[in-house]
Amino acid sequence: MKILVFAEQRDNSYKKTAFEVSKAASKIATELNSEIIALTIGENISSIAPQLGNYGIKKVIVVNEPRLKNYSTSAFTSIVNQIVEKENVSVIFLPASSMGKDLAPCLSAKLNAGVASDCTQLKVEDGKIIATRPVFSGKGFLDLEITSEKKIFTLRPNVFTISQTTTELATVEEFKPQLEEKDFSIIVTEVKQSSSKKDVTEADIIVTGGRGLKSPENFVMIEKLAETLGAAVGASRAVVDAGWRPHDEQVGQTGKTVSPSLYIAVAVSGAVQHMAGMSTSKYIVAINKDKDAPIFSIADYGIVGDAFEIIPAMTEEIKKLK
Amino acid sequence: MKILVCVNHVPDTTTKVNVASDNISLDVNGVNFMLNPYDDFAIEEALKTKEKFGGEVVVVSLGGDSHKETLRKSLAMGCDRAVLLKDSSSRDSFSIAFAISEFAKSYSPEIIFIGKQSIDYDNSQMCGLIATFLGWQSVSVVVKFAIEGNSVIAEREIEGGHEIVSAKLPAVIAAQKGLNEPRYPSLKGIMESKRKPIEEINPEQCANKINVLRMRKPAAKQKGKIVGTDISAVPELIKLLHEEAKVI
Repeated sequence: MKILVFAEQRDNSYKKTAFEVSKAASKIATELNSEIIALTIGENISSIAPQLGNYGIKKVIVVNEPRLKNYSTSAFTSIVNQIVEKENVSVIFLPASSMGKDLAPCLSAKLNAGVASDCTQLKVEDGKIIATRPVFSGKGFLDLEITSEKKIFTLRPNVFTISQTTTELATVEEFKPQLEEKDFSIIVTEVKQSSSKKDVTEADIIVTGGRGLKSPENFVMIEKLAETLGAAVGASRAVVDAGWRPHDEQVGQTGKTVSPSLYIAVAVSGAVQHMAGMSTSKYIVAINKDKDAPIFSIADYGIVGDAFEIIPAMTEEIKKLK
Repeated sequence: MKILVCVNHVPDTTTKVNVASDNISLDVNGVNFMLNPYDDFAIEEALKTKEKFGGEVVVVSLGGDSHKETLRKSLAMGCDRAVLLKDSSSRDSFSIAFAISEFAKSYSPEIIFIGKQSIDYDNSQMCGLIATFLGWQSVSVVVKFAIEGNSVIAEREIEGGHEIVSAKLPAVIAAQKGLNEPRYPSLKGIMESKRKPIEEINPEQCANKINVLRMRKPAAKQKGKIVGTDISAVPELIKLLHEEAKVI
């Protein structure tokens, strides 16, 4: 049973998820005594590949293709498919990132493989891979197995933490895929970065502001706290719907699902829909005037008080640590 | 233009999740169901596309009789007719997508709209599965959409930005919040929806690829610590985050 890791890169550097998925999949490979390889697709990316060895990958197949500087659903599907055939792969691990979530179902239909999406836990029982994944917005979990011959798992970012690495380097093998015109039926013509800010799904710390901040100008103190912590700014649905903050900052249902190490919810009441998007955060801090706000029910630490006083004080206190 | 929109009937967002006695599924007692929120955006985009290019919008859902409620709402919003792929059995994403794509082959639409994910099982797989089964293009998590000539020009959300995507038609488009402002059903729409047909079809069968072993609720979280009730608690909070949680 050969395992393939889809190691995602953008702009010639690996995403953190590439390391998380490599490490998690190599643990499974060890338990199953399976061979494990990784695949990276890009324009000119051979030089970044060896570092995957630090995370348990022995061999990385790289595809250098000038037309694939950006992602293409159709071309990437075709390439993974070719690797699966050539290497006789039976299990594929991808990140549950925007790229991985786009690619996985296309591979599923092509390879007749079941997909366990957005897994938060993996284990091996009786030689089978058992995946755990959240359902109903994190209000439930399913333990499941994939019964098809080929199997696909996508792993939620930030959940599979990396505790140990080695200094080993992976060998790199270049692969020239057969690509026809139809493989470029869908292409990315441009990538628009949203300013220089961090994305909530990739951030290790998130500071989220809610409606209790009263006006968009008051987000300045959220931004300052976030900057001091090297954190991303998040927003509740209410403030996004009010037009105070852009939709790409929204956490929760109809927004993004996040699991940072630290989630600071400021003046966020904690509607069920909000908690759906952040309940798997490792530590949750709530700052709210209302002691009965539901957010306190899932918070590890809380201060019942006025955010307008507490947030600037937190920023100052954190500066002292540095 | 023949336009197909796929919808799902899902538990209301405020649902309290309890596990049914089979230990693998949701206990639906006392659960209210509604149109999947992302499908609202898909329906709106389908209707806007029809307004621009003419044609008809057919709405399809796979499930039991209860799905008629959601199909009725879709009709009230303005879809022309509805199809229920009637099947109450427990199907995984692969199996549902296969049945929908088989139906799509018989209806032969030029474009399909769908919500980017269903808020029950949150798999986000339908768009890519249906498109691949049909040999079409798929564009997921779409926040801007236009048809130019024989292509779709769309903007999709990615981490820290957006991708501008050009995809050849036919395509399946998965709608994300922000794509549009879904309309509310008008009174006239609601009245008319009662006369519009809901056709029932037996869907194609396809074996599941996923076997659910158990469903469980998340472990109850230990009650958190209220560090204080004013600004004087800040140093203690930061100390806890630094020394106890070790996250800053």
